[in-house]
Amino acid sequence: MLLTEASVLGTKSAAKLRAEHLGMVYDRDGESLPVLEDINLDVDDGEFVCLVGPSGCGKSTLLNAMAGFLSPTSGSVRIDGEVVTGPDPRRILVFQDRGVFPWLTVEGNIGFGLSKLSRAERTQRIAHYVKTVRLEGFENSYPSDLSGGMKQRLQVARALAVNPDILFLDEPFGALDSITRVIMRGELLRIWQTERRTIFFVTHDIDEAVQLADRVVVLSSRPAQIKDVLTIDMAHPRNISSNRYLELRDELLKQIGLAYEI
Amino acid sequence: MNSLAQPRAWERFFWPVVAAALLLAFWHYSVVWTATKVFPSPLSVEKGIAELAAKHVLWADIGDSLRRVAIGFGLAVVIGIPFGLWLGWSPAANQTVNPVIQLLRPISPIAWIPVAIIFFGVGDHAAIFLIFLGSLFPILVACVSGVSSVPPIFRNAGRNFGLSTPQLLARVVFPAALPQILIGARIALGIAWLVVVAAEMIAVDSGLGYLVIDSRNSGKRYDLVVAAMLIIGVIGLALDFCIRRLERIESVRWGFRNAS
Repeated sequence: MLLTEASVLGTKSAAKLRAEHLGMVYDRDGESLPVLEDINLDVDDGEFVCLVGPSGCGKSTLLNAMAGFLSPTSGSVRIDGEVVTGPDPRRILVFQDRGVFPWLTVEGNIGFGLSKLSRAERTQRIAHYVKTVRLEGFENSYPSDLSGGMKQRLQVARALAVNPDILFLDEPFGALDSITRVIMRGELLRIWQTERRTIFFVTHDIDEAVQLADRVVVLSSRPAQIKDVLTIDMAHPRNISSNRYLELRDELLKQIGLAYEI
Repeated sequence: MNSLAQPRAWERFFWPVVAAALLLAFWHYSVVWTATKVFPSPLSVEKGIAELAAKHVLWADIGDSLRRVAIGFGLAVVIGIPFGLWLGWSPAANQTVNPVIQLLRPISPIAWIPVAIIFFGVGDHAAIFLIFLGSLFPILVACVSGVSSVPPIFRNAGRNFGLSTPQLLARVVFPAALPQILIGARIALGIAWLVVVAAEMIAVDSGLGYLVIDSRNSGKRYDLVVAAMLIIGVIGLALDFCIRRLERIESVRWGFRNAS
């Protein structure tokens, strides 16, 4: 199901996260390299949005601009109507890998952003998120003793522990093997359904996007523009052999310009 | 036996003992065959060590040397790490100070001895100053390179959780650079132990370096000279062993993956 530009932008007050005429131009050896062009997007509170697009098109640039790590060349990003000027604990970016601090234990990582809390509150918050991401028994382990999937769960727990409104995830399962990746999707959905945060998820995996998202934003190749926004009108748990699933997936493949057959 | 095979337990002790025994035998027979009257044989060195150990002055000398190293090296750690973190963090500061550091760094601490004596007179302070100088530069260089190789992901994660710059330095940059800083500290401690012996030969009248030069000057006791040298070697080895234990601490072990 395709949406028109007008309904993508929605009403002005409802949007949790809004990109307005967002443009980004990199300066490479004196030559200007446009990466993002006039990105307009609204994300609702509690919504799960996936961002897909060809490799190197600027997905991560858009994510970093939204999370406040890059300032846009033109346009703006607003969260709750407030212009984003830098990173903020109310919205946490989860990296693809190597994001957890190797010098801290599981507990130390989850408690990293909680230094303002009292000791009792911190202990309780850490215990809650250890349980949420199912790392019980590993509280005192160091990341070097954890598997790739556990490290990513730890990173998500560290992000959730500071109670952010929005989670930005930059291909968080991209470095995992395909079996772990499927398990992690289920875990993330379970966490999203209980914690109800807004999630903005960058992926290069079409199936991942159709399995997870409420809406999938498709970027064109560089300079990236929003090519389409696809609503995934399927309830969870989704049957990945159903006709509707395959239809949506094929639609996305077509949008990205991939053939149906290899 | 190919190079991948694990040596057996007894072999790991046996061959080093054989090598040491061969070296001692070579030393002993060289002394015997050349019939030298000056250079001591292993046996007379062993007697020398026993003689030194029986005298209280050896323990006082060891204590003095270790105390000077502890203070000089300690000062280098306490001053060098924050300063090095700041240099690594601020490219402008590094560009300003780096030429001076690079110019001073290759100057042997030994060359500073006359200057140290002008500043501090003959005594403990001059020796400690030289040890401080010798240990400072490896720590500084390790800090600067440690900080600049901290992955941007760690810094971004720290900023994302709302850390101010001092907090970021203390809670992210320092622990992330700590494995490299420890390597610098290990080199610095090795240099400190080299420098204390040299400094004690000139700038003070106690310590193991003084013991070496005093044994020669007061009666050409070369058995005691070599005995003192061996004691210096053993203590240096022990210091290195101790500082290497720090690499096993869990919060830095991740940085020494290939070493263990």
